[in-house]
Amino acid sequence: MSNSGQIVAGLLAPHPPHLVYGESPPQNEPKAECGWENLRWGYERMRADIEALDYDVIVILSPHWQTYIGTHLLGVPQFKSLSVDPIFPDLFRFHYDLSVDTELAQAIHDEGARSGLVMKMMTNPDFRVDYGTIVSCHLTRPQWDRPIVALSSCRANSYYSTEVMQEQAMELGRATRRAIEASGKRAILLASNSLSHRHFTSSSDIPEDMSQEHVTNHNQYLWDMEMIRKMKAGRTREMIDVMPEFTDHTVSETDAGSFTWMLSALDFPSYPAEVYTYGTVIGTGNAVASWIPSKDMRP
Amino acid sequence: MSTTNNGFVKGLLVPGLPQPLLAPEQNAGWSELRRAFAAAREEIVACKPDLLLIYSVMWPSIIGHQIQSHPTPTWVHVDELFHELGSMPYQFRIDTEFSEGYRDAARDRGLTASCVAYHGFPIDTGSIVALKLLNPDNAIPASIVSSNIYADRAETAVLGKAAADALATQGKRAVAIVVSTLSNRLFTDFIEPEADRIHSQKDDEWNRKMLEFLAEGRLEDVAQLSRNIHEQVRVKKVVNFKPMWWLSAAMGAHNNYQGKVYAYEALYGTGGAVVSLNPVEQGVGDKEFDEDDVDFWQGDRSVLNTEESTTSSMRLSPGPNEPEGKPS
Repeated sequence: MSNSGQIVAGLLAPHPPHLVYGESPPQNEPKAECGWENLRWGYERMRADIEALDYDVIVILSPHWQTYIGTHLLGVPQFKSLSVDPIFPDLFRFHYDLSVDTELAQAIHDEGARSGLVMKMMTNPDFRVDYGTIVSCHLTRPQWDRPIVALSSCRANSYYSTEVMQEQAMELGRATRRAIEASGKRAILLASNSLSHRHFTSSSDIPEDMSQEHVTNHNQYLWDMEMIRKMKAGRTREMIDVMPEFTDHTVSETDAGSFTWMLSALDFPSYPAEVYTYGTVIGTGNAVASWIPSKDMRP
Repeated sequence: MSTTNNGFVKGLLVPGLPQPLLAPEQNAGWSELRRAFAAAREEIVACKPDLLLIYSVMWPSIIGHQIQSHPTPTWVHVDELFHELGSMPYQFRIDTEFSEGYRDAARDRGLTASCVAYHGFPIDTGSIVALKLLNPDNAIPASIVSSNIYADRAETAVLGKAAADALATQGKRAVAIVVSTLSNRLFTDFIEPEADRIHSQKDDEWNRKMLEFLAEGRLEDVAQLSRNIHEQVRVKKVVNFKPMWWLSAAMGAHNNYQGKVYAYEALYGTGGAVVSLNPVEQGVGDKEFDEDDVDFWQGDRSVLNTEESTTSSMRLSPGPNEPEGKPS
């Protein structure tokens, strides 16, 4: 197998649509005055960091393409449509036009299937790309000039347990790494998830009123800080170990498997993550962080 | 004219997976469900309702309760899991007046509620399946309400009662439609359509017990069992099994119904049933119900014994029309 391809960065890139709303790009119909600056500026620092990396493709696993039978991948070369957030349609109605690296998608599909995972290519051209994929990709690369590979979230956490979910996600991560290496391409991986994930159940009259924004409860905050400490210390295998408790105690979006998948694809980095920011959106905890192997200067 | 309960002339339970709509020919059970939808449709037409009101467990909400109010939502929908079965183009006719009235009634009972009227808003697969099979010519206007992922029984029951309030205010007669499977455990590998079956014997036995009750018109008895049902045969995607709470609160929390089970079949491992419930003067009688009858929603109760928490908990009857009963 060729090893000329590589993962040049793994990113924790959460997808609150509020951040796109706060940016008010031309693709999004609603416009904001401002809002969630600490997170948006954190994304800016992340973008500056990865700008120097030469990469061909963005590979993303989103919690908002939920599949109960295996992992699915977009298998159509081009998608152009309107994404309307089902929870916050007042904030996110985004006209997207994106291309898919179907060759790499097929390769990840095939590697996953060889590993015993249930895999499926999505080839219906009417399919609407989930908003999690769109938000994370837009905030990572607003130019939309790189093709993407989008993987669904197999909901093994619901059907079995976090442990089973993680076993599958880690296998999928290894399969993803092998496929990228064999492709000869340079890829950035996005884990599109929040940390703690207990929302408010009501909203303020002005969505971008930041006086109303805070973490839902202190328990979530403590857990988020513990996970970020581990990120900054390069203790990613410990994060895997505590993921069941973290996911349970904070109803975390890590139940989607995206974070575990990304860390596995990076082979569980032991070097520190660059944590660009932490902030809350409707009570959920969100960190933007990167693991860039070329920055690992340890002997 | 049919007997009504709280403005509802009928209640229906239907499954929301797309096989009966898109691929009934692939499996005899899926065909049977398709025929059951057609039979239920005939019941609907015969009772001449003003409105179809859908509560779909496949439309999750977070910020309170959302109600579809776009007059003609139009899209080509593809299911995120069963996308290979094909696309579902639709254009529905929504009773915007009712949706807005339902929102207001929900707010009057203390709930967070909003209307959604955006082009391209993603209507869920279950609501699409129900409307395309039960109302294919859009002869009857519809409304659709979401299922909040955090809401438990009290909030859901109040949401059901608000639907009845809105009907009373507007003088309309409606058919209540809950979109939900019974047991909801799908196979976790792809199967050939002819290999479909209920995922486990336990799921099947619980499904048949629910259907036994529903066939006897014992709606509130099933509603009272919802926590057990959730524990026994529901994959834990949300906090609880809520559709029967909503339906019984909306139509009347008792057992005075005439039930008919049109079909019960496997849908990729889940239990799919088409059931109708018609209000009647007398049913099998009520048991001693364990669950409270809640009229207003005043938020989550604090577990701390603070002065605020002891004075602002959920309030029971009297009803919403008594001024002194209004929450502050």
